[in-house]
Amino acid sequence: MAESYLPLLILIVLALGFGAVVLVLPALLGPREINKQKMQPYESGIIPFTSPRRRFPVKYYLVAMLFLVFDVEVIFLYPWAAVLRDMGVFALVAMAPFLLVLVLGFVYELKKGALHWR
Amino acid sequence: MNLSFLYENIHVLLPEAILFLGALAVVGADLLRPKDGDGRGLGALALLTVVAGLVGTAYIWGRPPATYLGGASLDGFALGVRVVVLTAAFFAVLLSMGYAPRITWQTGEYYALLLLATAGMSLLGATTELALLFVALETFSLALYVLTGIYRRNPRSAEASLKYFLLGGFASGFFVYGAALLYGAGGTTDLALLGQRLAAGEANTSLLWAGMALLLVGFGFKLSLVPFHMWTPDVYQGAPTPITAFMSVGTKTAALAGFIRVLGTALPAQQATWGWALAVLAVLTMTVGNLAALRQMSLKRMLAYSSIAHAGYILVALVPGTAQGTAAALFYLFAYGLMNIGAFAVVVALERTAENDVDQGGFRGMATLYPALAAAMAVFMFSLAGIPPLAGFFGKFLVFKAAVEGGWTWLAVLGVLNSAISAYYYLRITVAIYFDQAQAVPARNAWAGLNLGIALAALGTVLVGIYPSLWIALFQGLGG
Repeated sequence: MAESYLPLLILIVLALGFGAVVLVLPALLGPREINKQKMQPYESGIIPFTSPRRRFPVKYYLVAMLFLVFDVEVIFLYPWAAVLRDMGVFALVAMAPFLLVLVLGFVYELKKGALHWR
Repeated sequence: MNLSFLYENIHVLLPEAILFLGALAVVGADLLRPKDGDGRGLGALALLTVVAGLVGTAYIWGRPPATYLGGASLDGFALGVRVVVLTAAFFAVLLSMGYAPRITWQTGEYYALLLLATAGMSLLGATTELALLFVALETFSLALYVLTGIYRRNPRSAEASLKYFLLGGFASGFFVYGAALLYGAGGTTDLALLGQRLAAGEANTSLLWAGMALLLVGFGFKLSLVPFHMWTPDVYQGAPTPITAFMSVGTKTAALAGFIRVLGTALPAQQATWGWALAVLAVLTMTVGNLAALRQMSLKRMLAYSSIAHAGYILVALVPGTAQGTAAALFYLFAYGLMNIGAFAVVVALERTAENDVDQGGFRGMATLYPALAAAMAVFMFSLAGIPPLAGFFGKFLVFKAAVEGGWTWLAVLGVLNSAISAYYYLRITVAIYFDQAQAVPARNAWAGLNLGIALAALGTVLVGIYPSLWIALFQGLGG
């Protein structure tokens, strides 16, 4: 029983060792030079022009939440579509109530104006 | 593929199916209603659904035991839990009918969530499998987080919702870890099979003990046992009052049902250990709840601490781990449901909606203005204090009797002492209502559902007290 976990132990030791080496070696060997360019969050990216911690409309929150719900739904539908032919009626019957509830939710949010950007 | 297993024994979950479809119907009806309507029809639809759920429960009553997909079972205990939960939901809808349109324009969501929470609670009574237990627990918890905060213009309601959500999510984490460890110990999520393996000593004991402790924390939070009770007063005070009434009874019943299932089905062999743990928790819960309730100025906070104390009394019945104790707990919950929802209904009648609460001065001398309301409140307070011949007395009697016959006499003695402490703050309210000078009592809220709810709750409290044998016999048969 316990022996079967040996590979896992070796993996943990290797991972920790690799992490330590990667952290320690550059600190010992690499040259160190501090300038303005190097201190920016993204050394080779877009130059930041404002603080990221600013207030933004709560509407984004609603959209993000709705997106999440229906995104999960679609993710669930893909594997279902892939095996539908093999599973036949069972899969069709199993998916129907799920979709029915979600469609009702979608109609609800549409009618309540959750998708209107006001 | 043979699909017959999908609908074999599907009647086991008939009440939940009705509630779920009812919730969908409420959402659908909310879409169709005119924009300027106040959504009263939605309340009627929700009430109809709850009554249909009760009819469905009666329809499957007395049928031979059966299981659906190996996860939910039809037995006396499941039926008893449904009776208590659906009764609580019935009263909650009655109290909400005039209340919900005042605090929110989303009455459709309000009733739909209420019905979904009820479905989750009633499912929890029927489930015999750890994974489904968790799903049911989360179903009603998530709905209640939202309902707690649905009075959005009231900052206290929003605060209560956030607190409940964060702490509740944390407690759910404890529960899942505990369930996972129990699965690790026994290799199955089926409670009965788990119980067989654990009793046979085939399980990994260190995982078992850790799992049991974590499950205790998870259930302890939902039941608001001391020391996991900190959220209760804030959430009960901040939530819209009909929701508080529903929560105080429904959540306790459902969580207790799950707790009894886990302890009685999966862990009966470990009773010597968890019996002591529960006894200590019960003593702490009763004592802290009652002592804290003595000092509350807000009526809702007082009732919140009193509900903590009542959770302690109910826990006393579980300590011996007997079927008699289970039946006593169910009867207690039923009696508690009537009198506690009744007390909250009086709060609904007296509160100013913007304050969402009544303080101790708000009902002084109320008896001269509203004699019927005062009489109802007196009945609820006497019953909560456990004074015969009201429902609360017989609940306490059965609970303490179960403890004594299980060999836990000292626990019953502590329970009775606690009950004496609680009489002080319950009777103080009655005295204030009848003997204090009337002080600018606000115009009371009244709508047909509220008046009916208070009348039915008071009538039920008295009737269960006068004819207890009928109800005791009913729940006695459901303990197994």
